[in-house]
Order: sequence, then structure tokens, then C-alpha cells
Amino acid sequence: MRSSRNRLLWAVGGLVIIVYTMIPVAWIVSLSFKKGDDINNQKFLPTEWSWDNYRTVFDTDLFTSALRNSVGISLIATVISVTLATFAAYAIARLNFRGKKLVLSTALAIAMFPTVALVGPLFDMWRGLGIYDTWLGLIIPYMSFTLPLSIWTLSAFFREIPWEMEQAAQVDGATPWQAFRKVIVPLAAPGVFTAAILTFFFAWNDFVFGISLTATDRSRPVPAALAFFTGESFFQQPTAAISAAAVIVTIPVIALVLVFQRKIVAGLTSGAVKG
Amino acid sequence: MASIRLEHLEKTYPGASSPAVDDVNLEIGNGEFVILVGPSGCGKSTILRMIAGLEDITSGDLIIGDAKVNDKAPRDRNLAMVFQNYALYPHLSVYENIAFPLRLKKVDDKEVDERVQRSAGMLELTEFLDRKPSQLSGGQRQRVAMGRALVRDADAYLFDEPLSNLDAKLRGQMRTEISRIQDALEITTVYVTHDQIEAMTLGDRVAVLRKGVLQQVDSPRELYEQPVNLFVAGFIGSPPMNFLPASVEGRKLSLPIGEIELTDELAGQVGDRQILIAGIRPEHFEDASLLDDARRGQGLVFTAEIDVIEWLGSEQYAYIPFEAPDEVKRPLDELATELDSEQIRTQLVVTLDAESRVAAGAPAELWLDPTRMHLFDPESGENLTHGRGVDSPSLASASAGATGRAGSAGAGAATPASTGPAAGSGSSVGSAADRGASAAGHSRGAEPVPPIDSPTDA
Repeated sequence: MRSSRNRLLWAVGGLVIIVYTMIPVAWIVSLSFKKGDDINNQKFLPTEWSWDNYRTVFDTDLFTSALRNSVGISLIATVISVTLATFAAYAIARLNFRGKKLVLSTALAIAMFPTVALVGPLFDMWRGLGIYDTWLGLIIPYMSFTLPLSIWTLSAFFREIPWEMEQAAQVDGATPWQAFRKVIVPLAAPGVFTAAILTFFFAWNDFVFGISLTATDRSRPVPAALAFFTGESFFQQPTAAISAAAVIVTIPVIALVLVFQRKIVAGLTSGAVKG
Repeated sequence: MASIRLEHLEKTYPGASSPAVDDVNLEIGNGEFVILVGPSGCGKSTILRMIAGLEDITSGDLIIGDAKVNDKAPRDRNLAMVFQNYALYPHLSVYENIAFPLRLKKVDDKEVDERVQRSAGMLELTEFLDRKPSQLSGGQRQRVAMGRALVRDADAYLFDEPLSNLDAKLRGQMRTEISRIQDALEITTVYVTHDQIEAMTLGDRVAVLRKGVLQQVDSPRELYEQPVNLFVAGFIGSPPMNFLPASVEGRKLSLPIGEIELTDELAGQVGDRQILIAGIRPEHFEDASLLDDARRGQGLVFTAEIDVIEWLGSEQYAYIPFEAPDEVKRPLDELATELDSEQIRTQLVVTLDAESRVAAGAPAELWLDPTRMHLFDPESGENLTHGRGVDSPSLASASAGATGRAGSAGAGAATPASTGPAAGSGSSVGSAADRGASAAGHSRGAEPVPPIDSPTDA
């Protein structure tokens, strides 16, 4: 009796949350299929479903180049950030060295620093260094802002891997590098994926750096480019096109989460030690 | 296969005031099975990890075969190790777990397969080779961990409490399994455990450690019958040895349960000590009413009020509380803390024959074999009677020779200690010679060991 009522309450609660979070998404999807003036139809669904907006978006150089920039910059930033974070986190979890606390607290401090406060100085510096409006100019801030979080997540994962795993590998004849590569990294895979996804999302969704440290199509990422969208005519709002672009940039995020969800959730270490 | 030699091995952790392993000397012969045993924190695992190379050596030498390996990385020592928590690689199948050491050595696939199959066959793991460790039971995981060690052609095999995570029944099975494999392969083995049953049943020799100091290295029987000090005496044996306060008055030794006359030899060893601790194993007591007169006369008969009786079918334990003076109580309390057993009250544990009809809460007439008694110095813990030949009773009250085995209800015949009753010299020469040989294994760092006079004094 009690359990079925409990389950009902859970179901209702879950439904409320799903509706609350999904309505804006559904609204954007619906908008992106509305053709021309149809966005003013005052209905939730389009009167006539059309792919026009998508066609328009892909025909605009502004969007295609921005998509290229976004994919490139986000991927590079993610790979570098996660690689560095893996090494750093491993060192922090396994070695005792002077200044370990300092490294960790500095990393945390960086993560807490408001991005807006840094945009001005970075803009000036980047112009001086000649990396303003380049991929590198965006990769560096993305990397440095995501490193702390990755290091913290990964070192938590490494700490959970029993020391004996590496020691067993070393006694079995592995060099420290082999032990790291063949035993520790596969075991920390869920952590690595989590860190990678978080880093990718940060870079993919960033707007502040994207709009302030770029000037042209050379390096402007999608979120910034959306702000430069114009309608087909001066009097037309580009809402539908922006919606279409937004849907497009949401797809990789959803795909990533779906693909790696199981990896993230699965506790890979189960069965390693007594249980 | 190779021998392992520890010379003045020492380990001090940074920041620690006293060493975790202190001047340990031990030689593990080729093909020998040596057990390191002691209560938690005695440094036994640290020694094993130093041998494996997982722990740095502060000072002293570690020699495997003929080479000093102090500074060699674990992978260059060619040792195999089984960890307490198995440390299986969860992302690899059982097959790949066992093959892992071979893969690292780049052994070709055909040979890998051959050796993995052989090792898996030996441990009855063949049907599980495709599974992941998470799909195995505790006992199966333990066998995979063993398989990963046995698949290698290592110089020596190290076991770090491999059975402590198994339930009692499985532990018994794996114990015989390990014993069987070790016998069959004749591999040099160092085995760490805190379980004295494992220590006594598995090892050729057992090394008892206390606070990083080696106390005694001997065969299980020697350890049981001839402990060098209070610690070893209290650690080995279950139920543990009884420790009674004993005071010396002239030639008389008075115990809470009666008086015993000292022999010349023993009186010499006792010297001018006034207070001693007498150690008597529970099985060296017997219900006096079950003994024939001849045997009764050879021991001390006393009456005591029995507090509690535990009847186990094959035997029964009787508990008799007694009062102990502070001089004796203090070292015994310390010992109890060290052995992780809280001494609630001073009491005597007595193993009686299952036939015995003594009842709880009533006085009973009990018998004690004084030839089996050990005397310890309460200050140093040293066993004053160590090295006493089993066949040369040192206590006057039980003159040598005639003890014999009492007909039907022989006193505590179930225990190893009582297997060599007095009798002439001939039968005990073997064990005495063995004792002489193993005495060489005593640590120089151990507490003062009384000189062992010629073991064959008969």
C-alpha cells in the first residue's frame, strides 16, 4: 500500500521536473520548425512543419564557420585539459610533495574567479601577444578554467583506486608508466570521461570569452555567432533561425551524454578487491 | 627458485620515533615455506613489502639468491605476490588477469595460453576464464590472485594475508590448497598472517614478530613447546597459555593453586628472583578423578572452584578465576593489550577430557603436569625454562621416565605438545636435533634468549 503510494508520488514529482525542464527545449525545437511569419502564430506547434530555418542556417557562412570553430576549439581544449589534468591528478593523489595543498587550493581559487573580471585583462594581453581572435586565444582560457575542476574530479577518482592495483602491476613486472597506462587509466576511465564531458560542455557553451576575444569568423564560436544572426530582412526577427542553430548545437551535447552516460555511471572498480 | 636473506633489516617510517621493523635477521631457504606471524602492527606486512620492493629499506641488506636487491625496483626482483585484497584488474577478464605478468614480458601468445591454462587448471578456474573479476565469488577471486602469481616463474612467492577475507570454511579449504601447491611446486614462499592456525599448519618454519622485532623463528612444534618468552607463549596456542603468578620461597614455588618444588637446574635459572610468571597450557591440566594413581602421583593435584564450563563435544574448557599480585598483573595486562585481547579478569583456562563430570559452580579436583610448566621473568618476559629438554623434566615433583601414556583417558592427548611424553631419550633425539638446527634461526635482535645447552642431554 505504502510503497505504491510512494511510487506514485515519485512519478508525479519526476514528471513535474521533466515538464519544467523540457518545455523550453520543446519550445525551441518547435520554433525552429516554424516558417517565416509562422513564429507569430500564437500556438505551441508550427502550423506547417518546415526545414527552412535549418537550410538558412547551414547556408550562412557565419554559422558554418562558427560551428567549425566551436568543434575544433572545444575538442582541442578538452583533449589538452583532460590529459594535463590526468597527470596532475595522479600526482596529487599518489605522491606526497611540498606545495600539494597550495596547488590544490590555487586550482580551486581559479575555478572560483569570476570570468567577467578576467575578460578585460585577457583582451589586452591577447592583443599584445597577437593571439587575439585566434583558436589558441580561446583554447588557453577554456583550458585554464576547466583544469581545476578536472583535477579535483580526477584526483577523487584516483584516490578511490586501491594502491594495491599499481603495486600488483609493479610486482607483476610493469614499469610505473605501464602500470599507469594499463591499470590506472582504464580504471579511472569513468572519471576521465566525466572530466572530458564537463570540459567540453564548458568550452562548447561559453559565451563571454567567445564574444570578447574574437572579432571575425576566423575563431568566433557558435554561441557568440548566434548574437550576430540577422533575419532575412531588416524587419524580421531572426528568432526561428537562432532556434534552429540552437537545436543544432544541442545535438552533440545530447549525443555525448547518451554515449558516455553508462561509462560515467558504471563503477568500473567493482570486483577489483574483496567485496 | 632462490633463497631470501634478510640481514639487519630495518624500516623507520618518516616522522616515526621507533622503527617499524627493527634489525630483523632471517634466512628463507630455497623451497622453504616461512610464515611471518604476529598481532596487527608488528611489522610483518612491512617486511613482506620490503622484500617485494614496495617499501624502501631504511638500513640492512636484502639478498635474493646471491644478489643484493635493496635498490632494485619491484619488477626487477622477479617475485610474485598475492595481496590481501587480491588486487585483481577489474577491467580485464580472468584470463587476462592471469596472463598480465606474461603479457608484460611479451611472451608469445601460444606460451601465454599454455601457462594460463595450466595455472587455471591447477586452481580449477578453467570455466571462469572469460568472466570479469566482479562476476566471481570471494573464493574464486582469491584463486585468480593466486593464479596470477603461480603463472609466473618467479624466484619466490609472497602471500600477504591471502585468506583473511574468506569465510572460515573456505579459509580451511584454501589453506590445504596452498599447502598442496607449495609442496608440489616446492616454491620458496613467504606468507604473512595474523592467524596462528594458518601459521602452525602451513609453515616449515614460523617467525613470530612483536613491534618490529623478531622474537623466535622455529618449527611450529618448537614454537608451541619451547617459546622463548612470554609473548610467544601467549601468542601461540588457542585457548592461550595460562599465566599464573608464582613466588619463590627457598626451593618452593608457590602458585595460586598449590606448591611445587624446584629442581637444582631450575633453581639455578631462577636465581634470586622472588616473583615469576608460570605458564601452563590448558591441556596440561586434567580432571584428577579420571587419572590412575600412578599418574596422579606424578603431578600436582589441587582443588579449585570452577566458574564456567564450556563443553565442545570432543573436549571441554573450564574457567577458574584467581587473584594476581600487581607485579604479575602489569606485564600480563600489557601482553593482553598487545595481543588485542582484553584481559577482563585473571582466570585459568583448563582443557578437560569430554568424559569429565566436573560441574560449574562446584569445587573440582584437578591435576597439573608440572614438567610442562614454563617459568617467565616478569620484567623481561624471558622464558627461564626455554631449552629444557622435553625428556628431562626439570621439576622434582615429577621424576623422569615413568610418566607413560595414561591408559584410556590420556591427558590432553589431542594436542601436539603432549605427543612426546617423557620416556627415554631415543624417541626424542629427532626433535631435539631439529630444535638445535632451528635455534640458529633466532634473531639477534630478539629479546635475550637464554643459551641453549646441548639439546640431547639424555
